[in-house]
Amino acid sequence: MVQVVIWGSLRSAVDGAVQVEVEACDFRGVLAALARDYPGLRAQIEAGVSLSIDGKIYREAWFTPVHADSEVVLMPFMVGG
Amino acid sequence: MALDTDKREFKIVGTRPLRPDGIDKVTGRALYGADTTAPGMLVGRVLRSPHAHARIVSIDASAAEALQGVKAVITAADFTTANNSHSQAVLDNCMARGKAMYHGHGVAAVAAVSEAIAKQALKLIKVDYEILPHVTEIEDALKPDAPVLYPDKPAKRVPEGTPANVSHVTHFGHGDLEAGFAKADKIIERTFRTEATHQGYIEPHACLASVSPDGKGDLWCCTQGHYNVRALCADFMGMDASQLRVTASEIGGGFGGKTTVFIEPIALALSRKANKPVKLVMSREEVFKASGPTMSSVTDVKIGMTKDGRITAGYANLRYQCGAFPSGTIELGAMSAFAAYDLDAVKTDGLNVMTNRPREAAYRAPGAPTAVYPVESVVDELCQELGLDPLDVRLKNAARKGTKASYGPTFDDIGLVATLEAAKAHPHYSAPLGPNQARGVSCGFWFNFGGNTSVSLAVNVDGTVTLTEGNPDIGGSRASIGMMAAEELGIPFDKVRTLVADTASLGFNDVTDGSRVTFAVGLATIKAARDAIQKMCARVAKIWDIDPEAVVWEDGCVKPAGDNAGQYEPMSLAEIAAISVKTGGPIAGHHEVNADGAGVSFGVHLADVEVDPETGHTSVVRYTVFQDAGKAVHPAYVEGQMQGGAVQGIGWALNEEYIYGADGRLQNAGFLDYRIPVASDLPPIDTVILEIPNPGHPYGVRGVGETPIVPPLAALNNAVSRAIGVRMSALPMSPPRILKAIKG
Repeated sequence: MVQVVIWGSLRSAVDGAVQVEVEACDFRGVLAALARDYPGLRAQIEAGVSLSIDGKIYREAWFTPVHADSEVVLMPFMVGG
Repeated sequence: MALDTDKREFKIVGTRPLRPDGIDKVTGRALYGADTTAPGMLVGRVLRSPHAHARIVSIDASAAEALQGVKAVITAADFTTANNSHSQAVLDNCMARGKAMYHGHGVAAVAAVSEAIAKQALKLIKVDYEILPHVTEIEDALKPDAPVLYPDKPAKRVPEGTPANVSHVTHFGHGDLEAGFAKADKIIERTFRTEATHQGYIEPHACLASVSPDGKGDLWCCTQGHYNVRALCADFMGMDASQLRVTASEIGGGFGGKTTVFIEPIALALSRKANKPVKLVMSREEVFKASGPTMSSVTDVKIGMTKDGRITAGYANLRYQCGAFPSGTIELGAMSAFAAYDLDAVKTDGLNVMTNRPREAAYRAPGAPTAVYPVESVVDELCQELGLDPLDVRLKNAARKGTKASYGPTFDDIGLVATLEAAKAHPHYSAPLGPNQARGVSCGFWFNFGGNTSVSLAVNVDGTVTLTEGNPDIGGSRASIGMMAAEELGIPFDKVRTLVADTASLGFNDVTDGSRVTFAVGLATIKAARDAIQKMCARVAKIWDIDPEAVVWEDGCVKPAGDNAGQYEPMSLAEIAAISVKTGGPIAGHHEVNADGAGVSFGVHLADVEVDPETGHTSVVRYTVFQDAGKAVHPAYVEGQMQGGAVQGIGWALNEEYIYGADGRLQNAGFLDYRIPVASDLPPIDTVILEIPNPGHPYGVRGVGETPIVPPLAALNNAVSRAIGVRMSALPMSPPRILKAIKG
């Protein structure tokens, strides 16, 4: 199981929790589990999100592994100028 | 791809070779967006809305179409529906569909044999508008009785009860704010305002489009991302991506403003209808009215601090105005606001509100400057009130390895403390100040990222290397990428030529944004070079008739791995290349990656100003930028990025602003009335590059292009506030505003 930190404006979709636990072993699995277990997150996940895994920010990196002790933070999809 | 563990001595990386684009740019040989021509080319022009908000009842183009020399007239009806809501907003911003959403919004376009005829044709297009109430300011757009931009399309992901023009709502943070503020000896709350600014690139948007009757298309344009241009335009035109080739021209500045499309789909649609190539170039007035400026903002900040300078809690409520289409930039601002600090209690609330202004585009570290400005200004005010040194306070509270960032993750190796210490030790910080002068300090932060990247590296038979990449060079990337290839291959830099390929000649590449190119393309280049090295090693092993494992690559040569491998004279890249056709054919390396591990970046700026109390005019008398570059591949370009960000920030802080009249029309669409800094306004911008290696890159490289625009707003605000003895809280700090503040 992996603990995923949810950013503030999405917490209403996870009953106000700061973090939730999902069964996943990689980037894709985390997002799939979040969308499955918390349907209120689906629209945001489909619109685009990033994941910070152990301090590194990943975008669309399906096969990046996550472990039970990984720090996983759901973040908006990052863009720049 | 992690940092190389063996400590290496760089031979080329870190040096300052002549710029590969220098001669072309100073002699006028470089081809920019407007320089491409084609036989039989037509001139395109766009008819733009004179109203801030109006329903388009009808468009009658019959008189324009009948004018001799007019070859095509198009409207939104000439495009397909885009394949998602984001792309649809991009398309609707190019050409109004049903409603004109802002003054300058395109409603129709013509292609004609001359500019004079095209202009004449625009006057013959009859548009019947039903004028609607408009709103251009943040606070007005949030009122319950505000004109609503999209009454039939309420935002999907905002809480119930949110004002109708709000497209995004966001919150970040952790800890107990109330308990944090209770620990403070001093709390300051203040509201800050910034006006919309433009990136101010000198080259206007320009393109040449050619669509043939068999459906194949070519597009030449100035852009930060031609693969993105291809994806968007192919979608809007109903074309397969493979049938549209996009070639990026040399670029005269982008800074985020050329990460999307404004005129390119219009030129393509005109060309398809006219069956002729069409050139479309924006005037400067059009650039201001109808490209993508940054947002304006209103932010409330509250920060608590103990007497000895520890920040106990920080809160910010940010409202961004993003123009007439939805935008998520507020999320980046809300994440950036307190990123420089290690805080137990921090929270940011934010929203993006739509107005009848042009659609916001990215501008260097989008969202961050306007978020960091109010926070850094209040931190400075607290320092002033408590009699504390502003750099000491920042050092006491600085984020460092292991800090839980205000936006969630825990930082790895970061360079903020080293950057602050460098600023503290620099002679600038202790230099005496004259009458009416003061010094301002600010930190800045940006995320940086990597992204999708393709690189191809061909070893030529004469021992030179051609490197092909797919990101327009907006800040010296051809030099830095060529240098990394030369470093890896052990050959002189002038033996490598780096070219930016068109979309048909190389695999996909993300846009040049997010300070990603030197990091991600550099990383892919190193991997491509190592791929070629592996092939060269295999060739030489075959020549020597030994195992591939028995050879090594050292100093640009293949050598026997040890005495057991046998005695052979090392073979250089040039020697291997010269016989490559006999040993198995051409040698090339390539790499495709979605690069991650970019590593965040911090900077610290010191600004000395002198304010004339009679006129309110501010002179920047000294300015120094300190920034962590991870590893500066070509330090002159890194310095250029740091100086350029500082200059743009100085303009943003002191003079630049979009000014709208009560009629919703833009009042200052030109460089005479929208004043960017020129060389005579500025002192030399000094730079200090810190090199704290990024653990996510083999050479330790971090992106450097965006962070430098984050600190100047607060650095200038703090300096001016200290100089005049009044805390300023609105940008730009133009002379009338400063005089008003002085006179109370």
